[in-house]
Amino acid sequence: MDASHIAAGNQMEKKDHYELIILGGGPAGLSAGLYAARARLDHLLIEKGAPGGQVLLTDWIDNYPGFPEGLSGFDLVEKMTQHAKRFDLNMLTTEVTQVDLSDDKRKLLHLVGGETVSCDSLIICTGASANTLNVPGELELRGKGVSYCGTCDAPFYRNMHVAVVGGGNTAIQEADYLTKFASRVTVIHRRDELRATKIVQEIAFANEKIDFIWNSQVTSIEGESGVERLNLLAKDGSTSTLEVEGAFVLIGVTPNNSMLPLDILKAEKWGFIPTDIESRTAVAGVMAAGDICNKDVRQVINAAGEGAVAVLAAENYLQSLK
Amino acid sequence: MASDKVLHVNDAEFDSLVKSAQPTLVDFWAPWCGPCKAIGPVIEDLAAEYDGKVTIAKMNVDDNPVTPGKFGIRAIPTLIIFKDGEVVDQITGSVGKSELVELIKKTE
Repeated sequence: MDASHIAAGNQMEKKDHYELIILGGGPAGLSAGLYAARARLDHLLIEKGAPGGQVLLTDWIDNYPGFPEGLSGFDLVEKMTQHAKRFDLNMLTTEVTQVDLSDDKRKLLHLVGGETVSCDSLIICTGASANTLNVPGELELRGKGVSYCGTCDAPFYRNMHVAVVGGGNTAIQEADYLTKFASRVTVIHRRDELRATKIVQEIAFANEKIDFIWNSQVTSIEGESGVERLNLLAKDGSTSTLEVEGAFVLIGVTPNNSMLPLDILKAEKWGFIPTDIESRTAVAGVMAAGDICNKDVRQVINAAGEGAVAVLAAENYLQSLK
Repeated sequence: MASDKVLHVNDAEFDSLVKSAQPTLVDFWAPWCGPCKAIGPVIEDLAAEYDGKVTIAKMNVDDNPVTPGKFGIRAIPTLIIFKDGEVVDQITGSVGKSELVELIKKTE
């Protein structure tokens, strides 16, 4: 099945009010959708594009239990979507511009185009997006050598020398993936050791096409019509220039929270949403699950788990209203 | 279905398409690109909404190397809005509908 089939969702007539709305269709949202649909809750999952979230940026998922051979990000999303749909998941493709939690009973969501929809209980699964370096040249050369997704853009760098900025799992896995196309991949990391999981590190260290520049950060990106060089600053104060044709920036994530009332949700300083062990936020009836939550581990597996927990908390809340 | 409104354009047809009377939004994509899949429904939505006013087109960069090269495209999805054959503006990444509507508005 072509993945475009999963894209449209079950487009149906939207009601004005639901018992439960799930905001976002990544692993947390799809898992919440599965639990909500299976519990026969009056629910709606809102996703702005095709479901999947950041998993769609992932070439290969090797640590999701139940798939011993591993599988592509595409395939996992498709399976999760199919699974929720088997229980008649209600999904709507639209964009939420503002979440209004000022009424503690009726949560109001403003949609692009001016419409609104409300709910008794809300699960926020809006996820996170790639961080930027915030250095000169980055914005200007975005899409012209500066990329935030190796899986997406690697084939444009056949036989070229590219840099990967970062030292976590995503950065190092993507560096390895890039060597399928690029002639050479230089990893630039601000510390002297990687944060990535050991097995990921082992693969990268064994890959002859990957080299490392330690204790260094990128201070600017330069090029006329595309990336030509990166200027680096090392911890000891020395500067250098690296000639590359691409720069893959993979330095963690920032929360997708522009539509959320951060003060009421008591967001922490980076904008992530604190939750308790039952995925409840500071607002009664509002849960959060997945990468939007304030937590240390951002994996597909715990996002999915939190989605399930959040629906159980929502059911308890809805019960308390009756 | 909305997807009928999206025009799939190739290298040979490209120039005449973007020089046509109405503005054209071109989505440069590939089947292996996740974010391209993610914005697929938004593109279909726009095609239905702007039917007769703005041409909404997709170009598969795997099958059509010439045009993406000409515009220096090295990341997908990249969306370029054209008017009278000229680039008005462009955006890269899995953006939302509101951002694409803003992009289209720049031709007004």
